[in-house]
Amino acid sequence: MTTAPRLSDARVWTRLQPLVAVLLGGTVIGIPLWLVVVTAGKSQGEALSPDLAPPSRWHLWENFATVWTDGEIPAAFLGSLLVVVPTVVGVLTVGSLASWVLARRATRLTAVLYALAISGIVLPPAVVTVVLLLRHLGLAGTAVGMIGVYTGIYLSTVIFFVTGFVRTIPVSLEEAAQLDGAGPVTVFRRVVLPMLRPVLATATILICLYVWNDVFYAFFVVGGRLDTLPLNLFRVASAGLYLNNWHLVFAYVILMSLPLIAVFVVAQRKIISGITSGAVK
Amino acid sequence: MSTVQQTPVPVHSGTQTRAPVPRRPPGTAHRRTHPMWFIAPALAILAVFFFLPTLFNFVYAFTDWSSFKSDINAVGIENFTDLAADGTLFSALRITVGYAVLVAVFQNAFGFALAVLLERDTRLNRVVRVFFLIPVLMSALAVGYVFQALLKPDGGLNQLVEAVTRHPFQYAWLGDTTWTIVVVAVIHAWKWMGLSMLIYLAGLKTIPEDLLEAAHIDGASRRRAFWAIKSPLLAPAVTFNVATALLGSMNGFDIVQATTGGGPARTTEILNIFIYRTFGQGLFAQATTMSLVLFLLVALMAFPVIRFLRKREEIL
Repeated sequence: MTTAPRLSDARVWTRLQPLVAVLLGGTVIGIPLWLVVVTAGKSQGEALSPDLAPPSRWHLWENFATVWTDGEIPAAFLGSLLVVVPTVVGVLTVGSLASWVLARRATRLTAVLYALAISGIVLPPAVVTVVLLLRHLGLAGTAVGMIGVYTGIYLSTVIFFVTGFVRTIPVSLEEAAQLDGAGPVTVFRRVVLPMLRPVLATATILICLYVWNDVFYAFFVVGGRLDTLPLNLFRVASAGLYLNNWHLVFAYVILMSLPLIAVFVVAQRKIISGITSGAVK
Repeated sequence: MSTVQQTPVPVHSGTQTRAPVPRRPPGTAHRRTHPMWFIAPALAILAVFFFLPTLFNFVYAFTDWSSFKSDINAVGIENFTDLAADGTLFSALRITVGYAVLVAVFQNAFGFALAVLLERDTRLNRVVRVFFLIPVLMSALAVGYVFQALLKPDGGLNQLVEAVTRHPFQYAWLGDTTWTIVVVAVIHAWKWMGLSMLIYLAGLKTIPEDLLEAAHIDGASRRRAFWAIKSPLLAPAVTFNVATALLGSMNGFDIVQATTGGGPARTTEILNIFIYRTFGQGLFAQATTMSLVLFLLVALMAFPVIRFLRKREEIL
């Protein structure tokens, strides 16, 4: 009496689960994405009040062409790359150098330095005064200033992830190289860095995600002087000229999201395992 | 973090049999093998681009710095008293904390439910999981615009409601002074629930199979096994998810800006929206003051929250 209904409960759930999963994904994610695609395919008149009806005639490519030139997508794309690539390279290099020593030297000083270095994970950056500082340094509104600010913000995340990872690597491999007479730079480059590959991949993805999509810090540091994709989206969406031009806003959203989604589709499995292994240890 | 780490470490067969390295006095040899100057570039960047601006916050919040004049004078705590007197300070604080708590609750509830729903490693579940990760990849600004369009009084959601109920429905989801903050928090949770789901899934995977089997043999029902065994073992995942959702949404901006811009009647004006708006008006000192308030708020909340969640992990 007690076992029979429980078994059938489980069996009913096994049958029902795929249906629930598909329905939930289809509505919760599908409807907003559908709205983006159909609206991006509409003419200006049809898109004035965006709804879920498909366009009477598809204008998707024309809308892409319009935002490509009016939204200055090539310039914004280059601007985004100009900021994202050096940030990622810089933050990973500097971060993993520091993490290695912070993980291996167990002194009170390194413990304090580590706590300081990872405090940026929780503490919010001072966005207003950083502008003043950049002005003093002559970096206001420049890509270099922006890269410096992003590096400062995301170093904490990198140091946190990489230091945790280094601690799980046995020190014996490094010692073997040291016995062979290798200096610290060689040991780091030849022995440590190759082993960090999984955690560096995770950090790369997270930082690309944050920096590629950031608009808040970019407003303060380079707003109006350097085009990035999110900044231009904001301009397209809030400029009087484009008011209620939902078809262009959503055409822009599609073009802007494509690079990250393409990367994700290609490296999907690696990305998922990378993100999750860092969080739950 | 737990003591067991399953990361595969490449071990070269040749290095395993070598003679043990002689023990050395702590500190001395490290200076040569792990030099402190490796930390220097990271510390320099952090000092200049993170700590120095934060330090400036504590200085310029007490000045009359603005775009309207070139000199900057100390004014004491005038900025704080002004912001407190017109009610902005406390309403912004209340809205920010309320928003953060709502986001943390929704994001974790959604993420956890999704993880449980999609736990089994079937082909279909893998596809659906990827589907739920698309919002995580999208820019938060874009997500905000999508929902602004979807939630208009004559927008897609109300159309659907009308189609289902067959009654005219024109609710302004983003124009309600009481409930819009909840709606925006749900949107924020929608964007990030895929990430929470992944982390809960990883947590569920760490639960040893034999533990569940033992419970099953002892006659525990599926539901009881779930609540008695699985959920406590998810504590580290909960810590990570709650802390990141809470602290991340306190520092939020994009979604609120793109959906409501702080409205209606400033009921969704979280601290960063205020900072952005006053900065745009040239009132740099006021923006700095709120930036300092945000810093103190997060600093004050972060440590108790993380300690509380950690302690809970230890008890369980």
